[in-house]
Amino acid sequence: MGRVVIDVMPKPEILDPQGKAVVGALARLGFAEFAGARQGKRFELEFEGEVDQAVLDRAREAAQTLLSNPVIEDVVAVRAASDPE
Amino acid sequence: MRIGVVTFPGSLDDRDAVRAVRIAGGTPVSLWHDDADIKGVDAVVLPGGFSYGDYLRCGAIARFSPVMNEIIRLAGPPDQVSSGLPVLGICNGFQVLTESHLLPGALVRNEKQQFICRDQKLRIERTSTAWTNGYAEGQEIVIPLKNGEGGFIADESTLDRLEGEGRVVARYLDVNPNGSRRDIAGISNASGTVVGLMPHPEHATEAGYGPEANNGTDGLAFFTSALQGVLSA
Repeated sequence: MGRVVIDVMPKPEILDPQGKAVVGALARLGFAEFAGARQGKRFELEFEGEVDQAVLDRAREAAQTLLSNPVIEDVVAVRAASDPE
Repeated sequence: MRIGVVTFPGSLDDRDAVRAVRIAGGTPVSLWHDDADIKGVDAVVLPGGFSYGDYLRCGAIARFSPVMNEIIRLAGPPDQVSSGLPVLGICNGFQVLTESHLLPGALVRNEKQQFICRDQKLRIERTSTAWTNGYAEGQEIVIPLKNGEGGFIADESTLDRLEGEGRVVARYLDVNPNGSRRDIAGISNASGTVVGLMPHPEHATEAGYGPEANNGTDGLAFFTSALQGVLSA
């Protein structure tokens, strides 16, 4: 069983209220050295068989069609799960 | 005059939208998300709620439902001047319309994170739409607003284009409740057939049941407008 991991992040110019709330909570807990936080999404797609470039291309297409909204988000990574993080 | 109201799994305000159509004098027709047949209706309302549990993004999964594929086809390209099927998306319905790219921009989590429920004052700025022709330009109305992800955003050039083309249908007055850019509460496509609105006119259509201002019927004209528009078409 192969796996494709997809990371989707809010576009840099989009205000990320969740990230803002997270960094505020971090500061209250004493993690004040972290000046910013942005919250994104990680998807894991399972695939019967080995993940090759064609599968990654299809996964990217799926990411751009459904998993992300191009108005507010970027697909920042599409990779086979075995790749080094 | 038959106006369809779509029910998605997780829709909340479909029954109130059906009731609003009836009070306005139209014939409501219930439409089902999994059925591509829209039963020949003259216009469609996409109601508020949490379609598909707001999973993935609000409206994102509803956008790919069979009924939406048909509505998107009949509504026509967003920039065309000729008129397609009139569609009003309220709250979650507005989110479905932006996810469908029938309207530009996106709706994101409220600036201050919290779900907001209040009687909201608006100014109607575009009356040449299928859904607002019964209002006077500049008319101020009060209808309920209730959303967690109602912040309207778009890039500056899109916002400038919407303003320049007169496609801002309604703007928040007194309070911007959710951080929407330029206080935008509702927008339309180029022809004015497709309108998205974050507050809820369907909850303000019968005296005694809406906000106290103006007997609580300030939302009714969205639905009577559609009947007028369809009649004159």
